[in-house]
Amino acid sequence: MWAVLLLAVVLAFAVVRPRGLPEATAAVPAAAIAVGGGLVPWAAARDEMVMLGPTVGFLAAILALAHLADAWGVFAFAGGLAARASRGSPTRLLTVVFAIAAAVTAVLSLDATVVLLTPVVFATAAAAGVRARPQVYACTHLANAGSLLLPVANLTNLLAFGATGLTFLGFAGMMALPWLAVLAVEYAVFRWFFAGDLATPARPAPVEPAPAPGFALGVLALTLAGFAAAEPMGVAPAWIAAAGAVVLAVPLVVRAPRRARTAWGIALSTNPLFCFFVFGLGVVVLALRRHGLDDLITSLTPDRADLLGLLAVAGLAALLANLVNNVPATLVLVPVVAHSPGLVLAALIGVNIGPNLTYVGSLATLLWRRILHARDEPPSTAAFLRLGAISVPACLLAAVVALWVGLKLSTVL
Amino acid sequence: MKVVVWLAEGTWQACVDAAAEVAPPSASITLLHVTDPALAADVSDAFAGLVGRGSRGDPGAAVDAAAARAEEALLRAAAARLDRPATPVRRHGRLEREVVAAAEGADLLVVARDGPVTRLGPRSLNPPTRFVVDHAPCAVLLVWPTAPPPVDTIPPPPPHKAAPPHKAAPPHKAAPPPP
Repeated sequence: MWAVLLLAVVLAFAVVRPRGLPEATAAVPAAAIAVGGGLVPWAAARDEMVMLGPTVGFLAAILALAHLADAWGVFAFAGGLAARASRGSPTRLLTVVFAIAAAVTAVLSLDATVVLLTPVVFATAAAAGVRARPQVYACTHLANAGSLLLPVANLTNLLAFGATGLTFLGFAGMMALPWLAVLAVEYAVFRWFFAGDLATPARPAPVEPAPAPGFALGVLALTLAGFAAAEPMGVAPAWIAAAGAVVLAVPLVVRAPRRARTAWGIALSTNPLFCFFVFGLGVVVLALRRHGLDDLITSLTPDRADLLGLLAVAGLAALLANLVNNVPATLVLVPVVAHSPGLVLAALIGVNIGPNLTYVGSLATLLWRRILHARDEPPSTAAFLRLGAISVPACLLAAVVALWVGLKLSTVL
Repeated sequence: MKVVVWLAEGTWQACVDAAAEVAPPSASITLLHVTDPALAADVSDAFAGLVGRGSRGDPGAAVDAAAARAEEALLRAAAARLDRPATPVRRHGRLEREVVAAAEGADLLVVARDGPVTRLGPRSLNPPTRFVVDHAPCAVLLVWPTAPPPVDTIPPPPPHKAAPPHKAAPPHKAAPPPP
């Protein structure tokens, strides 16, 4: 009972963010209360944090890597590339944005797509004389649904990666088919849903070709190759991501007129408070799991990775993600299905695609944002909700069937 | 004569050209652009959905700023294309409602079709534009953003049917016979 209350307070605080206070303000004290109040023995809490350590380190490094890529002009280059490749056609621009958003999400995580790519895509569409709605929504949708391919793409993947027992390339191999299936379904839904906007003729302005940021793109490619290559040698991917970030950061800091300030900005881009929030949340969820939640979830989840079992786990994961947000949903679900790698992957499909249903990640966030916006002009949430209601069930089904086919063909699992 | 020209992305050039052609030299021309804040708000919401990230770096604010820059660029380009005195007007809100409100008291509203322009028909107006045409409180000049498609893009009429019974006249019922 107390554990439920603690988790509710942590999540409510994260949704409401009173006075703009960071989410860790509630999560860290709540974790301390859970340990101090005897809900979780100290040893178990310590083990949980040791287990989360590499994940959180990886998260910090990948966040910094994305911001450094932005500082090197990688996103501006991607925008220019999209404008030239679209040749003034809204439909071609949507296609190119799909490709770029899927690649950015896979390599630099969903945060990079939402925070860094979306404004660039809006500006690109506006400069091309194209109505930006389909392309902008494509970014926010693919940030979630397109994050299936690589373990680095989503915090949920990082949290579950260890439980799959797969290598970096093994994970990518198993998730490639579901990822492609989701991209195909999303693309078809977008072409149909935004047919009107995409049909508006545009008169493109000429786009100046921008030079490619070769150094940064090279470092990103090497970092990506490093994830796969270093793993068999026992080097944690977090170190590779950190090394990539350092290589990109050093020239920027050396060249900057105010070095300390630039270095501080880069350090902040790792979002250390977010990392503390993940630690705190992990401990609070552990308290809840030890007091009956594990039993409840176990009774709800199938234990065989056949097609129905995969569908049920993905559906439950999507539902949980919409009830409590996908990070806590992953922390709750993965330990229960950890005995079957196939079910872990199905759970990831659910928690990654599911948030598009309410588009703000969870029902609580949706309700709170509605209250916040009630005073000013209400936003066009209805359109976004309709888009989610159409695309999420279709994507879930396509991804699970693709995963099932992959499991049948696979020799890894 | 007051002329309001609705400038929308992708189609505004045709509206400006039409206004330059039909507005007499004495007319006062308003160049209207509407930004719907819902798009930036939705991006903000999508960011808020990423739990735990804090409130720094909200991409909705960046989209808002980019939208403001794009609006200025569009109004400048439209004024240059019109090449005669005109008043720029910027509005924020639902496109269709704002355009109708801005047209109040005007004599003419210039609007462009913005749906598929490959065939004649109702789908050449997207829903907000359809709303504007249906609710405009003044005369409307509806232009094609590109050369209009040929008349034979209209599908052939359905086979001739007998005229449906007139709705206003319900079928005559004989009065019930007295018991």
